[in-house]
Amino acid sequence: MIDATPARDGQPSARRSKDLLYSEGFRAAAYQIALAAAVVFVGLFLYQNVVENLQRQNIATGFGFLREVSQFEIGETLINYSARDTYARALLVGLLNTLSVSAAGIVLATIIGFSVGIARVSNNWLLQRIATGYVEIVRNVPVILQVIFWAAVTRNLPAPRQALELWGLGFLSNRGLTFATPVADPAHGWMFLALVAGIALAGIGDRWARRHREATGKHVDMLWPSLAVVIGLPLVVWLAFGAPHLISFPERKGFSFVGGYTISPEFVALMTGISLYASGFIAEIVRAGIEATPKGQVEAARSIALRPRFIMRYVVLPQALRVIVPPLTSQYVSLIKNSSIAVVVGYPDLVNIGNTVMNQTGQAVEAIAVMMTVYLIISVVTSLLMNTYNRLVAIKER
Amino acid sequence: MSQSTSTQAADAPIISLHNVSKWYGQFQVLCAVDLDVRKGERVVVCGPSGSGKSTLIRCINRLEVHQEGRIFVKGLEMTDNVKNIDAIRRNIGMVFQNFNLFPHLTVLENLTLGPMLTRHMKKADAEDLAMHFLRKVRIPEQARKYPLQLSGGQQQRVAIARSLCMEPEIMLFDEPTSALDPEMIKEVLDTMIELAESGMTMIVVTHEMGFARTVADNVVFMADGRMVESAPPEEFFGNPREERTRTFLDQILKH
Ligand SMILES: Nc1ncnc2c1ncn2[C@@H]1O[C@H](COP(=O)(O)OP(=O)(O)O)[C@@H](O)[C@H]1O
Ligand SMILES: [Mg+2]
Repeated sequence: MIDATPARDGQPSARRSKDLLYSEGFRAAAYQIALAAAVVFVGLFLYQNVVENLQRQNIATGFGFLREVSQFEIGETLINYSARDTYARALLVGLLNTLSVSAAGIVLATIIGFSVGIARVSNNWLLQRIATGYVEIVRNVPVILQVIFWAAVTRNLPAPRQALELWGLGFLSNRGLTFATPVADPAHGWMFLALVAGIALAGIGDRWARRHREATGKHVDMLWPSLAVVIGLPLVVWLAFGAPHLISFPERKGFSFVGGYTISPEFVALMTGISLYASGFIAEIVRAGIEATPKGQVEAARSIALRPRFIMRYVVLPQALRVIVPPLTSQYVSLIKNSSIAVVVGYPDLVNIGNTVMNQTGQAVEAIAVMMTVYLIISVVTSLLMNTYNRLVAIKER
Repeated sequence: MSQSTSTQAADAPIISLHNVSKWYGQFQVLCAVDLDVRKGERVVVCGPSGSGKSTLIRCINRLEVHQEGRIFVKGLEMTDNVKNIDAIRRNIGMVFQNFNLFPHLTVLENLTLGPMLTRHMKKADAEDLAMHFLRKVRIPEQARKYPLQLSGGQQQRVAIARSLCMEPEIMLFDEPTSALDPEMIKEVLDTMIELAESGMTMIVVTHEMGFARTVADNVVFMADGRMVESAPPEEFFGNPREERTRTFLDQILKH
């Protein structure tokens, strides 16, 4: 980097101000100030305009409407909701739907993306070709078309009477995907907590083993103890609750199913569309990550007799993850944003419900502000996490 | 390591290749190579690019797998037996053309990884050992830096130290100075010369003929996967027997 020209003593002042004009530091600051001023000016202008227009049309402003009764039903809700609830609660239903379709989509996209990405670098010619073809198709067809395609597919599935049976565990029909689930039991919540505790314990055990190894040189293999505690704790809780093992199997009944759990065709179509689209990008990210760790790294590790497990853990993974995680996270964020395509298949996500609210109340600015804030928070939180991660793992170069 | 190898004769070769051949698909990289290296012996391997020098030394620690013939290291045969491979690799250090240091670990961590994970050393002991070898290669002050913060010559010396931390009896070098700027070649060669003087058994693939003259007990010339000529340096440089060796030496010594 070139430093700003140092001020020279004893120069006439005209000469000095010219120096200032040519100084990098001064220029950078000046551009920043000019840009900030422009943004503030445009913002004020727009705000003034909107407020004047709304007043002229006698449209209410402010967020008071959130406490009013919504008077519309929502087809799919994760929490109790009826038309007598408030707009705020309707938006919350939408947010939860956005989060649930995104979470399912992220899991699916990750599984498919990693599999296809690994297939892309496999030695199997056919597998590699198929993976390449898949990536080209899902990446290059616009995501909205893909969602519409899957909506058409789910709509054209057979009626419940002729539903496709899935190995006795569920059905696929134009009512969506219906599958067997354990009957709800208080044990489940505790089992989940036990799982979280198990994972935490495994993490602590791992750190202990590392410290023990560094202090004494002795290895303690934590793989099996970790697995035991992660699987074992929930199992113990399950047994402590008397091993509740009732499973609700869905059955055909009339034009529908009873029992089991059904996810709607809209959910299936939206989730499939956005996650397949993302899986293409994730596959490429994974391929790049794998190829980013040079062969020489593994050879060097072998030459000091490291075992395959240690090579993976201490040499390959740390380098591959550095390359994979940041773009992977931005794929997750864009998948969450893509879930707003929900409106074309009629899935009640945040944007879809926000639209309805906007139409009923006329308070477009506020409704959009709410939606934008939510997406902004999701993105900002993600990039904060990402920056922290990057700072922690950055490879130091000169 | 419970083979009946402890009864080896004192002057038996520490590395011995019999009739080793290897193919990449249809292409034969190594053609019935024979090579014996005794403890403390220094062998320099040279030959035109693509003649199979790298492949040859990489077969010795099984970074490449030979398809015919037999390879013994300290009497232990190199087969697909994981235990043997492990034992042999522990006893052989390798230095690569491109250093292959782990960029995400500090110099010290690069050096202690092997001792801690494969030799079950305490961290404190592994660090003492690492500092010992960093002093040997004359860069103890770089211990806390990351590899990419060092010059090429320094990186290669760290790589040498990393191998030494496994306290091997044998060191393999695959063109250790080819990726270096001219002014850094000397510092690496000096380190290697000191290592040779300490009695290390070494196989060095290099085109540094000055190094071969001063250090080697034997110079081997390879071409097209064959061992064309093998002789002590005075004879090899003074009176090469084979026409191909002469042509090669003419080309390489002109520069
Ligand atoms: N993985 C590989 N697959 C196919 N051919 C290879 C591979 N590695 C090396 N070769 C070929 O084997 C020959 C010998 O290579 P190498 O041992 O690296 O030669 P040198 O080190 O003497 O330059 C070269 O012709 C090279 O192209
Ligand atoms: Mg080579």
